[in-house]
Amino acid sequence: SSFSSIDEEFYEELEETLIVSDLGVDTTLKIIENLKEKVKENKVKDPQDVKQLLMEEIKNLLKIEETEYAFENKKSVILVIGVNGVGKTTTIGKLAHQFKQDKKKVILAAADTFRAAAIDQLIEWANRANVEIIAQQANSDPGAVVYDAVAAAKSRKADILICDTAGRLHNKKNLMEELRKINKIIEREYGEVHKETLLVLDSTTGQNALQQAKQFKEIANITGIVLTKLDGTAKGGIAIAIQSELQVPVKYIGVGEGVEDLQKFDAESFVEALFAKEDEEAESL
Amino acid sequence: MAFESLSDKLQNIFSGLKKKGKLSEKDVKTALREVKLALLEADVNFKVVKTFIKNVQERATGHEVLESLTPGQQVIKIVNEELVKLMGDSNNELTYNKEGITVVMMVGLQGAGKTTTSAKISGLIKKKGKKPLLVACDIYRPAAIKQLQIVGEQIDVPVFTMGDNHKPVNIAKAGLEYATKNGNDVVIIDTAGRLHIDETMMDELVEIKDSLNPQETLLVVDAMTGQDAVTVAETFNNQIGVDGVILTKLDGDTRGGAAISVRFVTDKPIKFVGMGEKLTDLEPFHPDRMASRILGM
Ligand SMILES: Nc1nc2c(ncn2[C@@H]2O[C@H](COP(=O)(O)OP(=O)(O)OP(=O)(O)O)[C@@H](O)[C@H]2O)c(=O)[nH]1
Ligand SMILES: Nc1nc2c(ncn2[C@@H]2O[C@H](COP(=O)(O)OP(=O)(O)OP(=O)(O)O)[C@@H](O)[C@H]2O)c(=O)[nH]1
Ligand SMILES: [K+]
Ligand SMILES: [Mg+2]
Ligand SMILES: [Mg+2]
Repeated sequence: SSFSSIDEEFYEELEETLIVSDLGVDTTLKIIENLKEKVKENKVKDPQDVKQLLMEEIKNLLKIEETEYAFENKKSVILVIGVNGVGKTTTIGKLAHQFKQDKKKVILAAADTFRAAAIDQLIEWANRANVEIIAQQANSDPGAVVYDAVAAAKSRKADILICDTAGRLHNKKNLMEELRKINKIIEREYGEVHKETLLVLDSTTGQNALQQAKQFKEIANITGIVLTKLDGTAKGGIAIAIQSELQVPVKYIGVGEGVEDLQKFDAESFVEALFAKEDEEAESL
Repeated sequence: MAFESLSDKLQNIFSGLKKKGKLSEKDVKTALREVKLALLEADVNFKVVKTFIKNVQERATGHEVLESLTPGQQVIKIVNEELVKLMGDSNNELTYNKEGITVVMMVGLQGAGKTTTSAKISGLIKKKGKKPLLVACDIYRPAAIKQLQIVGEQIDVPVFTMGDNHKPVNIAKAGLEYATKNGNDVVIIDTAGRLHIDETMMDELVEIKDSLNPQETLLVVDAMTGQDAVTVAETFNNQIGVDGVILTKLDGDTRGGAAISVRFVTDKPIKFVGMGEKLTDLEPFHPDRMASRILGM
């Protein structure tokens, strides 16, 4: 931006950028405090360099190792969880498509037996991705669906089993207990394969996402986050707060409603996008 | 909650300050910084918070606070009152056409809760002795039509569909015709979720709106929305024109600051709040409760 010196106003503008990207007050203040120390330590004088330093810090925080995707090439079961309407079912459709492209045998489990037409929705995605699906009647026991699906995955020698689950708010005790049950069934019946638990977060979500991640983490061993709807104007900065507090990495991002609209998370471009608007504004001045 | 409540924090600040004797404007400013942070933590938009605090500042530096025995409580009271004022009246009912069929159109981002809320609202309308009809205009999302049919059946309200091979505007028009023939007096149009920056999809809504002239165009907003709520609400309001807002998923533990942001940029009433997945989980909006919730009290 247009700053020529590193003063309070300059830091305030950086703070604003982070806050409006949904990092939250705590994480923002923590990051800026750190930054100020680094600036002192390294005797940085140019505002542009400070901004660069900040971006590097966030990139480092979010950086994800290639080994985090190792499960894609193992025998795995993926459990997809999250609150209502964030994009779980759609993400499963996209994942199934990608794995199928990679010549893997994929089975989907329609364990959202609760929401109206959730099963039909997943069946449609299974058709699009051209993969198999295990489903029962609406309102049947989701645990039973998962049990069946694991049996099918074993007998048909599937590479990857992906389980859809009903959207549930993290503060609903009985629904979280249901999830614990599903988890147990997978561990008991399919303990021999890699277990990946993906928490899906809508990038338009504010500070509540941190609460979501915390509560879901108590029930399930979350191994990664899928940040959806990044094709909108929200920046998804809450993922930074979650990474910094809970150390759960973002693994995939959703960038649309199509079958191809899923990407592996790239810290570099994510952080560039956080600061992009500011530059646009500056340019337009 | 893990951290101190706003009220505790303010109490602490002021009890420290009071030992110095009389409070100054600067002291109040320090307190308002805590209020500002609390609002940001509650997801009220940054710019909205700035404007709001500026407005509150004037009242909070008056005698009622500076000379009060409980300045912390006074500041909270003022902030609370101003928030309630900002959020407008409670009990903003749906309005109906005096003559002919009333059209209600649901719009919003993907996954906000439009389809569920369409069914909830039709249930409410039915209770008033009216004969609602749900119209399935989401031709994009897999099984969206089926979803509306199922929730329609659950609440015993008929659903008009033409499959997914017709333009939404034509489905909407045909739905209205069907309602005329079948004696339905309210038509609720469920539309596909869309991004506010998707021009083609936004034009689709404009087209429906122009041909059906809805009495109520309702923007459905997820209560968990963060800073982006202002951009979304502003764009929908500017491009489509919104008559009211419905805040969904308030049964979670979100503070729901998006309510303020949306209200601030659209100046349109929040008519209902969604309190669960059940089709009866729809309640009138109460500004005072919302203000307390946002402040974490
Ligand atoms: N623009 C955009 N829309 C998305 C994305 N991912 C999902 N959606 C849309 O978001 C809406 C909700 O997606 P679902 O996959 O049904 O979400 P869910 O989490 O399974 O929802 P529930 O099962 O009801 O809890 C749908 O309209 C999707 O098309 C994305 O990355 N970008
Ligand atoms: N807990 C809770 N869940 C809700 C509420 N309203 C809707 N939902 C859930 O949110 C999810 C999305 O709701 P939908 O009605 O499908 O949302 P939509 O806006 O029609 O979604 P698209 O058509 O994909 O854009 C579903 O799982 C609903 O059950 C609410 O008030 N509370
Ligand atoms: K974005
Ligand atoms: Mg789903
Ligand atoms: Mg819908």
